[in-house]
Amino acid sequence: MNFGTWPQRALTLVTTLSAAALLALAPQAVSAQNATAPLPPAASAPVLEQTEVASADAAAVDAAPVEGTYKPLGTDMIKGQPTDKGITFQEQYTDDGEFALWMHDAILLPVITVISLFVLGLLLWVVVRFNRRSNKVASKTTHNTFIEVIWTVIPVLILVVIAVPSITLLARQYESPPADAITIKATGYQWYWGYTYPDNGGFEIISNMLSDEEAIANGEPKMLAVNNRMVVPANTPIRLQTTGADVIHAFAVPSLWFKLDAVPGRLNERLLTIKEPGIYYGQCSELCGARHGYMPIAVEALPRAQWEAWVREQGGTVAGDAVEETAAPAAAAPAATDEVAAEAAVS
Amino acid sequence: MATTADTFQAHTEDHGHHDADHKPAFFARWFMSTNHKDIGTLYLIFAICAGIIGGFISGIMRMELAAPGIQYLGYWVSLMGGEASFDANLHMWNVLITAHGLIMVFFMVMPAMIGGFGNWFVPLMIGAPDMAFPRMNNISFWLTVAGFSSLMFSTFVPGGTGLGAGIGWTAYAPLSTSGSSGPAVDFAIFSLHLAGAASIMGAINFITTIFNMRAPGMTLHKMPLFVWSVLVTAFLLLLALPVLAAAITMLLTDRNFGTTFFDPAGGGDPVLYQHLFWFFGHPEVYIMILPGFGMVSQIVATFSKKPVFGYLGMAYAMVAIGVVGFVVWAHHMYTTGLDVNTKMYFTAATMVIAVPTGVKIFSWIATMWGGSIEFKSPLVWAMGFIFLFTVGGVTGVVLANGGVDDVLHDTYYVVAHFHYVLSMGAVFSLFAGFYYWFPKMSGKMHSEFLAHLHFWVFFIGVNVIFFPQHFLGMDGMPRRIPDYPEAFAYFNQVSSYGYMIMAASMAIFFVNLAYAFIAGKKAGDNPWGEGATTLEWTLSSPPPYHQFETLPVIEDHHDYHDHRQVTT
Repeated sequence: MNFGTWPQRALTLVTTLSAAALLALAPQAVSAQNATAPLPPAASAPVLEQTEVASADAAAVDAAPVEGTYKPLGTDMIKGQPTDKGITFQEQYTDDGEFALWMHDAILLPVITVISLFVLGLLLWVVVRFNRRSNKVASKTTHNTFIEVIWTVIPVLILVVIAVPSITLLARQYESPPADAITIKATGYQWYWGYTYPDNGGFEIISNMLSDEEAIANGEPKMLAVNNRMVVPANTPIRLQTTGADVIHAFAVPSLWFKLDAVPGRLNERLLTIKEPGIYYGQCSELCGARHGYMPIAVEALPRAQWEAWVREQGGTVAGDAVEETAAPAAAAPAATDEVAAEAAVS
Repeated sequence: MATTADTFQAHTEDHGHHDADHKPAFFARWFMSTNHKDIGTLYLIFAICAGIIGGFISGIMRMELAAPGIQYLGYWVSLMGGEASFDANLHMWNVLITAHGLIMVFFMVMPAMIGGFGNWFVPLMIGAPDMAFPRMNNISFWLTVAGFSSLMFSTFVPGGTGLGAGIGWTAYAPLSTSGSSGPAVDFAIFSLHLAGAASIMGAINFITTIFNMRAPGMTLHKMPLFVWSVLVTAFLLLLALPVLAAAITMLLTDRNFGTTFFDPAGGGDPVLYQHLFWFFGHPEVYIMILPGFGMVSQIVATFSKKPVFGYLGMAYAMVAIGVVGFVVWAHHMYTTGLDVNTKMYFTAATMVIAVPTGVKIFSWIATMWGGSIEFKSPLVWAMGFIFLFTVGGVTGVVLANGGVDDVLHDTYYVVAHFHYVLSMGAVFSLFAGFYYWFPKMSGKMHSEFLAHLHFWVFFIGVNVIFFPQHFLGMDGMPRRIPDYPEAFAYFNQVSSYGYMIMAASMAIFFVNLAYAFIAGKKAGDNPWGEGATTLEWTLSSPPPYHQFETLPVIEDHHDYHDHRQVTT
């Protein structure tokens, strides 16, 4: 049943020794996916020691705001947005995004450009060399087994070259979130987004698009700015879940290389780890009715401590501090998380 | 086998001395037609009309997208008899994209390729007097017209937020079920039912004709590649369209009879609809392009004065594309939450299709290689096809990667990709076929100058429209939105200028058409010379009302089709 296992294994054999060790150590596909990660240079340790690393990072990144208070990020922190007259992808702020972008820029784009130009070149050569005046008598060749084999085999080889990083990328994108990942659920409504934080008391943030005037007043881009952003911790694994309340929507943030449909009756889940604090814009990417173009997504990634402050401001709780006041929800939270993980594994 | 098809009344009194050119009166000839050439002509006229409407709609869309903000939608709402409001205007946008997609797919490309050129030239190329089921052929055409009428009608009735069905050509549930109240979506679904039934009947007709009515001596491996392409296409239609019919019937019952196939509240699943739709939808894209492959093969061979290079490889590449085309459907659904193994499988399977496609591209070039090529208008269009289809094909390889598609899915990159393979691939092959066979069909020569001019202006126009859309998509612009952030303004404006160039080229096309009918030189039996070896060129231009009353015999070493052998 596990169609993906063999390419993954082949890949690990070809690439790294560490991955060879994995074959002996971890029979399960899930851990196999984790272990394939070391392939590209950027992907050192996707599964972070959550608290220490995050707070250390918070200390490192934020010089200005005092640790432990929430202050919305200013427009200087807008990182993920379309580039004016841009002709390529937005800059990437996740490891997977960087890897995918590398794959496109280093493999796919050169390959498709060369193939297109090669075909164009052949056509032009045909025009120059084999027009009626240059070549008065047509040859009668209709067969050449050698060349037919060549133009079948070489494309196959090119595709294999593409397939290796492609399968790696897929395996990385499907890494299971660690147990202590923060769960955030994005619900698509006609026509706005709701962000629920089940690990932090289950409050929901409703996010509507700002009008053009409000967006301009804020110094934010039109059609992308929202009244309440989806606030998340940076450098922390996020178990991002999507679902639709009415019709299918799609949660998409180009600068995070992330797109996941929000389907009614389903809970889709993907790991997302944003590398640095910032504001990342996206738009609903599945036709969902009249105002489909008017339900943008704005993700605000904050240093961990500020994110925790934000959570408390919303009346939510953070794993550490919830123990005495609300024992029941805190105890219930891990169980719920396991359930969700189990559900995701089943689907 | 293969008796002359009876026309109305004619046979009752005319048995003894049947006149091959005896045509029925106007109404009987065009409204009750059983003649494959007349039905082909009707299909072509229909496709041109539908293409004008579909193309006009894309003009409305490009006009709206030329600059950020909502400019003209309210005007179109009022024009269609609705009440302009913010939501109604936006709904109008969705109606436009839906209508554009459905019209171009079901009522322009398919009728032109299969109904038009298929009907006209499959019997001629295999040496048959007509199609196997002439009356079924007739009802196929009129059901297509009825389907188109139903689609047009749907735009005048309520569809939820405004008039018309605003569900996209894919009609994803639940937007097309609980998400759109009012009868518009029901009419749109009914339209697809009718068009689908018409196509299934057409497919049965082609398969029967090709298997049973080939002239003596024409084995399957001697059939012209255009006939091969229509045969493969007919099988795709026969296998894919019933699945679409089932899926949209379930939409209909979910909408009207309380079933919950696609409603999670009753145990259904919206993603099931997508699986069913794309099980049809992916073969559908090959249905739209395969006859084009066939036409390009004929044209390239004709004007290179050489037989097609690697005939068998060409034929079986199409069979391979057809077969593999059925097992790659979920690459349209990479973001729906497929599991990792499924996504890996569909990534690998999808890339496999590039191999037979590559074989075709290189075989076309090899056919020209060593030829003594005359660059007449059909060949110029066919060469345009080869290049632009390659460009559309390689962006398909990019999109095939499930992990890369996570950022490109449902963006303008996808729009650019499928317009390169359709509005440049399929449409270029349609124009190539049109200029190739127009003299045969009408008996008049078009202007080569205007046909070349049409090519160059159209070539520039569509590239200016669609190439910048790759940039928009990579920068993150989603499909199907009537307004966009400022950053996308520049290339949208460029794209809209491209539309004007393209529209100008279409004016050249119609001028050429008018010129040909009014002042065009009379076309001889074979205006393209020694390279044109298929059977249709042995007939007069236009061919007699009934042809091949004495069946042609294809001998083993005859020039016609034996591409496998070196003929001298």
